[in-house]
Amino acid sequence: MSEKVQKTVLYALLILGAITMLIPFVWMLSTSIKSAGETMQMPPIWIPEDPKFENYIEAWNAAPFGRYFLNSVLVTVLSTAGELITTILAAFAFAKMEFYGKNILFTILIATMMVPGELLIIPNFVTLSRFSLINTYAALIVPWLASIFSVFALRQTFQGVPNELYYAAKVDGSSDFRFLWSIMVPLGKSSIVAIAILKIIGSWNSFMWPLIVTNDTKLRTLPVGLQAFTTEAGTRFELLMAASTIVIIPMVIIYIFLQKQIIAGISKSGLKG
Amino acid sequence: MIQKPTWKSSLKAYMYLAPMLIVMLTFNIYPIFKSLAMSFYTDYNFFQDIVNEYGIGNFVDIFQDPNFHIALKNTFIFVLGVVPVSIALSLLIALMLNNIKVLSSFFRTIYFLPFVTSTVAISLVWNWIYHTRFGLMNYFLGWFGIDPVNWLTDPKYALLGLIIMSIWKGLGFNIILFLVGLNNIDESYYSAAKIDGANPWKRFLNITIPLLSPTTFLVTVTGFINNFKVFDEVYAMFQGRPGPGNSALTVVYYLYEKFYTEYNYGEAAAAGVVLFVIILLVTVLQLAYNRKFVHY
Repeated sequence: MSEKVQKTVLYALLILGAITMLIPFVWMLSTSIKSAGETMQMPPIWIPEDPKFENYIEAWNAAPFGRYFLNSVLVTVLSTAGELITTILAAFAFAKMEFYGKNILFTILIATMMVPGELLIIPNFVTLSRFSLINTYAALIVPWLASIFSVFALRQTFQGVPNELYYAAKVDGSSDFRFLWSIMVPLGKSSIVAIAILKIIGSWNSFMWPLIVTNDTKLRTLPVGLQAFTTEAGTRFELLMAASTIVIIPMVIIYIFLQKQIIAGISKSGLKG
Repeated sequence: MIQKPTWKSSLKAYMYLAPMLIVMLTFNIYPIFKSLAMSFYTDYNFFQDIVNEYGIGNFVDIFQDPNFHIALKNTFIFVLGVVPVSIALSLLIALMLNNIKVLSSFFRTIYFLPFVTSTVAISLVWNWIYHTRFGLMNYFLGWFGIDPVNWLTDPKYALLGLIIMSIWKGLGFNIILFLVGLNNIDESYYSAAKIDGANPWKRFLNITIPLLSPTTFLVTVTGFINNFKVFDEVYAMFQGRPGPGNSALTVVYYLYEKFYTEYNYGEAAAAGVVLFVIILLVTVLQLAYNRKFVHY
């Protein structure tokens, strides 16, 4: 096989694969602007004759999606901001400070990553109901304010910052706290951004926990609200697809703009395994 | 200059650690022990948190529950259906992407796209794709003369539908990891092999495969662990049911039902402990295998 034929076959296969990956999205978008009659046509129509963009408005108003959307934004923003703070502080301590019990503590924390989160749901539910926090925003946010995975990743980055810098700052009379925020954090920016984006995606898409700790409609996040909407929408697939698009689009936009950081974050997590 | 810890420096460090530790202790470390304990609560008053009786009854009960057997079986079929195919496909795609220069990152962007989407939303899309009469899947199958399949209502096909979607969704993640692994292989090995007259297939078998084995190991372990915990996909694709006739009941779904619909916290915790033990065993087995066969 000549080089040229080889390359052509390679590209043909990759394009075929890419189409396969994209078809569900195209199908979702295409259905979302069909009329009810057009969804039930075989062979399927890809581009509806008279695109019904008003399906989005109808879906948005058919359930309190505005509320769900705000809830998702609130939960995502607060849990990401909170996790970043706990992570930056802890990673700094592990990377640059000396303290009793450092190694054993680190080992214990790493070991907890082995335990499937699903096992923790039951006692966490009990704990939260003990504090009467079921059906509150706190239940959606507080358990997710720390991640040992993030601490581990950022510790690696912070360790890469030369100790000399740290000692020099100390000699100059700079406090640890100031050093952390004015030197370490800017230097670790790319890692911090990667951690934040992965957290945002995870938090936006999370389902099982919000499903369990909320049964108040007002507290539903988008995935839970969307799932509940399926019973109301029934076979109105154009509305379901419009609603699914609303849930998916924000993360797709973030991904398109920040894919370099996302992929760097995933790659790093792969490297250290 | 390495400093020794002092009480003063330790106190300071623990102040930095405190916010993370408080959350971790409350919602990660304490619940590990609590759920282990709960799996032995045979008579438990949840409202007052009083345990009247301990025992192994929960484990006996779930292992005698035909549904738990179904859940275990389904989960294993699901994992064995997803992981090997996903690894083979993603390795193949990563190799192809590694061999082209133009548009390589464009393709990577597309292949990774499903990974960032909400599992619930995308499962609903697949639910529509699997529609017996108006779904895309049966339409495509029709091109090959295959009769419409009842993906969502025939117990025989429920798991297969789930497996296909999960492979599609997770492919991009594995591709990224394989691309990193391929990048870490030193070009000079290939140049040397070329000079020695090794053909592409030999180079793949004798250089790529062994030097990529740490990545393959990582992808396998994370694949096993993540897919053992499948839940969102099932819940959303079958609209809050574990498939027709429990045909897509998985271990986590079983746990969810015991916990959330039956309020049987003891048995739910026991199911969780079994899941943990399985994941632990698989990881240990793979580590042992790793030590023997993974070359660095």
